[in-house]
Amino acid sequence: MSLDEQPAASTAPTDPESLQATVAELEQRLSTLEEAAEDPGEMVIISTKGSLDMAYPPLILASTAAAFGYDVTVFHTFWGLDILHEERSKQLQMSAVGNVSMPIPNVLAALPGMDRLTTWYMNRQMRTHDVATVEELIDVSLASGVDLQACQMTIELFGYDPDDFYEGVTTGVGAASAFQRMQSADIQLLI
Amino acid sequence: MSQEHDAVELDVTGLNCPMPVIQTSQAFADLGVGETLEVHATDPGSVSDIAGWADSTTEATLHEQTEEDAADGTVYVHRIERVA
Repeated sequence: MSLDEQPAASTAPTDPESLQATVAELEQRLSTLEEAAEDPGEMVIISTKGSLDMAYPPLILASTAAAFGYDVTVFHTFWGLDILHEERSKQLQMSAVGNVSMPIPNVLAALPGMDRLTTWYMNRQMRTHDVATVEELIDVSLASGVDLQACQMTIELFGYDPDDFYEGVTTGVGAASAFQRMQSADIQLLI
Repeated sequence: MSQEHDAVELDVTGLNCPMPVIQTSQAFADLGVGETLEVHATDPGSVSDIAGWADSTTEATLHEQTEEDAADGTVYVHRIERVA
């Protein structure tokens, strides 16, 4: 139905002044909605784990959200720092101990050298299935504007140097800056 | 001119989640309005992932997703137009 065909019985105001006021109000509401629609969503992930298997979820979600146009921050703290650490990120390990989804009994998984074997197996599986490496996911995240942050307190706690991290990683940030971003974010995750 | 000829091709065969959707969004950013991106992927998850991405991206319209048989398996072809 076109605008001219509005039913005569419509309750819309007909005098020019009220019409003008209605139009102004609607325009105001439209511009508010348009601004909200243009405003990209925001996601904050707190990444706390440094094992090979736990490095993937935050990086995959972060780079994917950036592809969706989201403004993404990943705040790495405690062992999550190792994901951003240039040397340590290439040697991330994982253990089958306590992991009931892996086919190795705990009593065997706890033997010396088993973590290295489990890690080797996982890395081989990832290569076979064309899964990107941690380093590739960091590169693609940084290139797509993800703010990868390394918690200053834990950098000092673990005796790391801010220069140990990949170029483009934000250092010198703490819980308050993470929390401030979480306040305004649409999605907040702890991994 | 047929649509087939304007399509910008993106080859993400051999890449797994999340790379197909990420490279799609990067290539899409360089498209002009009215241009079409044709993505070739071997990741079966790309069918759902690229559909979801296009659904959430107001500038993108996913026109079709087809499957082609290739020597080393199925290739999923996605045609996405930049509409704004």
